Amino acid sequence: MIGLEVIYVLAGAMFAAFAISHAFDRANARRWRSALFWGCFAAVMLAGSWLPHLVSGILVIVMALLATMGLKPGRDATTDAAAREVSAGILRNKLFIPALAIPAVTVAGTLLLPHWRIGGVPVVDPKQVTLVSLAAGALIGLGLALHFLRAGLTTAAHEGRRLVDAMSWAAVLPQALAALGGIFAAAGVGKIVASLATDYIPMTHPLIAVVVFTTGMAMFTVIMGNAFAAFPVMAAGIGLPLIVGKFGGDPVVMSALGMLSGFCGTLLTPMAANFNIVPVAILELPDRHAVIKVQAPTAFLLLLCNTVMMALFVFHR
Amino acid sequence: MWVLSGIGVVVFGFALRFNPLLVVVVAGIATGLAAGFAPAAVVSMLGKAFADNRFIAVAWLVLPVIGLLERGGIRERARTLISRLRGATAGRVLTSYLLLRQTTAALGLVSLGGHVQMVRPLIAPMAEAAAERDGALDDETRNRIRANAAAVDNIGAFFGEDVFIAIGSILLIRGFLGQYGISVTPMHLALWAIPTAILAFAIHASRLWLLDRRLARRKPPA
Repeated sequence: MIGLEVIYVLAGAMFAAFAISHAFDRANARRWRSALFWGCFAAVMLAGSWLPHLVSGILVIVMALLATMGLKPGRDATTDAAAREVSAGILRNKLFIPALAIPAVTVAGTLLLPHWRIGGVPVVDPKQVTLVSLAAGALIGLGLALHFLRAGLTTAAHEGRRLVDAMSWAAVLPQALAALGGIFAAAGVGKIVASLATDYIPMTHPLIAVVVFTTGMAMFTVIMGNAFAAFPVMAAGIGLPLIVGKFGGDPVVMSALGMLSGFCGTLLTPMAANFNIVPVAILELPDRHAVIKVQAPTAFLLLLCNTVMMALFVFHR
Repeated sequence: MWVLSGIGVVVFGFALRFNPLLVVVVAGIATGLAAGFAPAAVVSMLGKAFADNRFIAVAWLVLPVIGLLERGGIRERARTLISRLRGATAGRVLTSYLLLRQTTAALGLVSLGGHVQMVRPLIAPMAEAAAERDGALDDETRNRIRANAAAVDNIGAFFGEDVFIAIGSILLIRGFLGQYGISVTPMHLALWAIPTAILAFAIHASRLWLLDRRLARRKPPA
């Protein structure tokens, strides 16, 4: 059965190739630092299921220290602007085919793979169909791109490394933040924050409860970086006992608009790194908070809208 | 209360611009120690949680493809197509992408997008090319357009996907309410996501219209 382990080996092999590409880059004086960083990451990807957790933890700490010392991008083995214009003129719209093949294969795989069985046994782990489809999309896209560009896998490894160098440590940050979320949960951080809110704000009026709930969802999401982590805590602390229980509100409206208020928080926080920090790195922007600054007015206006809508509709059934 | 020290580390660490990866690792260790775990146990917790979240890194499998296509000139081709399109502005390009991203996400096609796959090779170059038709861009303006391209991808995905009945957030709400003996249909939850989805589009499309006005007023760089 094709499941997560197969994909982890694939991704681990890719990061190992990036590490090797750095190790052979004699022009970069700091090549061993980058090679070690991506090598550690490749090791966790490849062997994370078998390594003792203590070893994985030490590898993560080593990566954080290497990132703090500073990672330097390797030498660009890519083409210059003039060569790209020429290539774009020759390949024309064929260039879009591999790019569009990735989402097309992902969507098709998500729909079709669950039905693929051999001897009654599913070929793809039904719980991981989306990730397997994404990996299949990336592989098919890679095959098409190599074919159109008449390039080899070494070129693909160098070009991939060029992009991962542009992101540097930001590529690893979302996973580290998810790990932090896990530690927060194990230490009971969420319950303490929720009890702080409920202990100090007198919720004698339904409207106060609504405002505290929606802004609390947004603020707690800002802290945790994830509305999914905030919802169970805030809904159990304020949404269900007060808005639904005490004041007789509709649980559907409370939940739906509460979650969407959390999404407004996601637009505002560097803790949601894969949405707000990674794109800054991908687009090579100098200001680390450039994307959050663009999103902030929309996020605040939408939070206001959600709060008003909940106040208007949650108590009418 | 000491358990909250991790949040303090994050807030100050990010504010003082320490390396975010270091900040997150230190915050995790501080939280674990404050909760009374032994140092070795805390490092193990960190390692286990990091390994358990490896699925997040699967998205990077697209990097070699996108790198190759950039080598082949995909950004240049995207620019050429847009510069031939009459009436294209940065705001209109981004509003069209917002609409596309939101409607496809509402149909469950959240993977039709993303910063690496769509924004860097296609959407950002298109928006820049549209703005360049009124004259060359200075770095600040170019960066503002790029940041807007990334924001559109996020806003479209967040406020589109919740309209789809089988998305994670709706399943989470159902599971949560189910624990308290409240049974709700996914359809009913998705229905209540529609007003916010429409407002999100209205608000952000208006802001993109304002962006166009600001871009049109800018002086050509000397």
